[in-house]
Amino acid sequence: MQKQAIFQSKLLPYALVAPQLAIVLIFFYWPALQAMIQSFLLQDAFGLSTTFVWFENYIDLFKDPAYFEAILRTFFFSFAIAVSSLSFALLLAVMADKPLRGSMLYRTLLIWPYAVAPPVVGVLWIFMLHPSLGVLSRYLRALGVDWNPLLDGNQAATLIILAAAWKQISYNFLFFLAGLQSIPKSVIEAAAIDGARPMRRFWTVIFPLLSPTIFFLLVVNIVYAFFDTFGIIDTMTRGGPGKSTETLVYKVYTDGLLGGNLGSSAAQSVILMIMVIVLTGIQFRFVERKVTY
Amino acid sequence: MALRHFGAAAAVALTVGLGASPALAVTEIQWWHAMTGANNDVIVKLASDFNGAQSDYKVIPTYKGNYADTMNAGIAAFRAGNAPHIMQVFEVGTATMMAATGAVKPVYKLMAETGEKFDPKAYLPAITGYYSTSKGEMLSFPFNSSSTVMWVNLDALKKANVEIPKTWPEVFDAAKKLKAAGHATCGFSNSWVTWVNLEQLSAWHNVPLSTKANGLDGFDTVLSFNGPLQVKHLENLVELQKDKTYDYAGRTNTGEGRFTSGECPLYLTSSAFFGNVKAQAKFAFTAVPMPYYPDAKGAPQNSIIGGASLWIMGGKSADEYKGVAKFLTFLSDTDRQVYIHKSSGYLPITKAAYDKAKAEGFYKDQPYLETPLLELTNKEPTENSRGLRLGNMVQLRDVWAEEIEQALAGKKTAKQALDAAVERGNTMLRQFEKTAVK
Repeated sequence: MQKQAIFQSKLLPYALVAPQLAIVLIFFYWPALQAMIQSFLLQDAFGLSTTFVWFENYIDLFKDPAYFEAILRTFFFSFAIAVSSLSFALLLAVMADKPLRGSMLYRTLLIWPYAVAPPVVGVLWIFMLHPSLGVLSRYLRALGVDWNPLLDGNQAATLIILAAAWKQISYNFLFFLAGLQSIPKSVIEAAAIDGARPMRRFWTVIFPLLSPTIFFLLVVNIVYAFFDTFGIIDTMTRGGPGKSTETLVYKVYTDGLLGGNLGSSAAQSVILMIMVIVLTGIQFRFVERKVTY
Repeated sequence: MALRHFGAAAAVALTVGLGASPALAVTEIQWWHAMTGANNDVIVKLASDFNGAQSDYKVIPTYKGNYADTMNAGIAAFRAGNAPHIMQVFEVGTATMMAATGAVKPVYKLMAETGEKFDPKAYLPAITGYYSTSKGEMLSFPFNSSSTVMWVNLDALKKANVEIPKTWPEVFDAAKKLKAAGHATCGFSNSWVTWVNLEQLSAWHNVPLSTKANGLDGFDTVLSFNGPLQVKHLENLVELQKDKTYDYAGRTNTGEGRFTSGECPLYLTSSAFFGNVKAQAKFAFTAVPMPYYPDAKGAPQNSIIGGASLWIMGGKSADEYKGVAKFLTFLSDTDRQVYIHKSSGYLPITKAAYDKAKAEGFYKDQPYLETPLLELTNKEPTENSRGLRLGNMVQLRDVWAEEIEQALAGKKTAKQALDAAVERGNTMLRQFEKTAVK
């Protein structure tokens, strides 16, 4: 099989990739470069006075114990969100994959939440579980539960994880369902004829065949938990109470946009960028080995 | 054929463009603001009244999102060399704007340079104090101001047989009785936790929040709100949080629904909450001045304001500044101020407007609309009650709130929490001082 495409002109391939390259340069490399430059500067919000401070912004960050807490918290949140939304979505997908009456309806309903924007998810959960606005909060308090995520950090963290995982379930569900449907029925039938029970069929046949999907979703979910939960945190807790729901991305926002401390904020985004590069590298280097395509 | 049409269209466009050019002699003045709903209508009406009253200038108001969004949009526009002429900035952004020498044009300078009639004494000192230097030079033009008041559910108090409390000990007593009478989850509460329990509390008791007249006299200010009064107040709240006599309602105003739903019968928040109370509360209500500790010397002093002011951006032409100055004079007009006061619920900014509203009997049916004014003008402002000017104020408030939350959750004592809030705040102030333009 011929893998290389043959171009008559030497310039044509360059011309064809040029628009894509231009977009990547303008929208990815240029801002990243800007962030790196900014992270070496101390500047007021208006950009009127600028001092070059070398690595001071980075050193300040690593001297701040709150920053390490934010790193740990972010990893914990990502792990909790990815695991809970992946496992729940897989469960739902396996159930929706069965030949059921009205399965199309279930599938459509399950996909719906994905169309909701993160801040809207925040507002939605506020209306359910905010201590004064929430409908469910009243029942919880009537049952004697001291429900107040505005003061209890663990409750607030649970709330964020719940809302963030809930939003991602649809997306995962969609991929799992597609993955399940692409598994040839004959393989499963063969296993069934060999006497494998449903649980055994799932773990020995279906799950390994789904592993590329799971791996892909794991990467997507961790990136989602790192970055896209911002809107949920902003509408629900604004990082509070205390600092119990402040993730790295939220800290970039509060320090840079609210605090006007652009230098530190830029340094944080650079660290965040490096972290994601390393994380993705590790995933593809080590986790991918366990994936059978 | 198509080309000929295009040519004709271009020719038409060109003539129209040329024809329109004399009309460009009208100087346009961009006004970015953060007002929505009824208050947006007020802004649009003010601009169109001004545009109708003369033909040299045209004020164009543009909504730019909430306060923080508007400010960030303005800063971004300035960095791109494209700032509006007038920008509405909330009171906590004052220090940031003030530190940006060269980016803004102080109002007193603007008025002097353009020769507009301007008497700083005509404005209520409790309001202009916030936006003036210690020498009394007005830096920004006060637009919409409010203050903290205590909203009272009169029906609930009557049912529990409780008088309207005036002091903090009376509030605690009343809240306990109210709790026993059925308000089990919340005797009293408040929004904007740091504004109410640190900033206003300090001013109202004539205690400094920070040195250098709370930052008005210089950015080298050091926080000092971990004094005995503030610690005692937080200790009281922590104690009452345990059995929900007091129940924390969050950093911003999202908890205000607990008052209008009838859950919390006593609630401290902005006087600008009036519109919502009026629309939603199904009980008799009023707003009274903030409570005070009777053993504190000289309490109550006067309260400080919330809300926003108009900042004039720098680097515009003399003609544009002339128009901006004329517009500010237009806004200061007594009848116009009375109109703004009545239609938005925000405070009038001139003494004449306040007197006129009073003479018209405006406060007879709605005495609670006068409460914030009475608080602001209660006594001549002191060093501790003129206003606040701290850099990074938005983030400072979040840091303070974090520490207060830790105390209320029982993770730190009141003293530990306030000490930490002061220490962390000071670090941020030094950071701000480093970047502020000298």
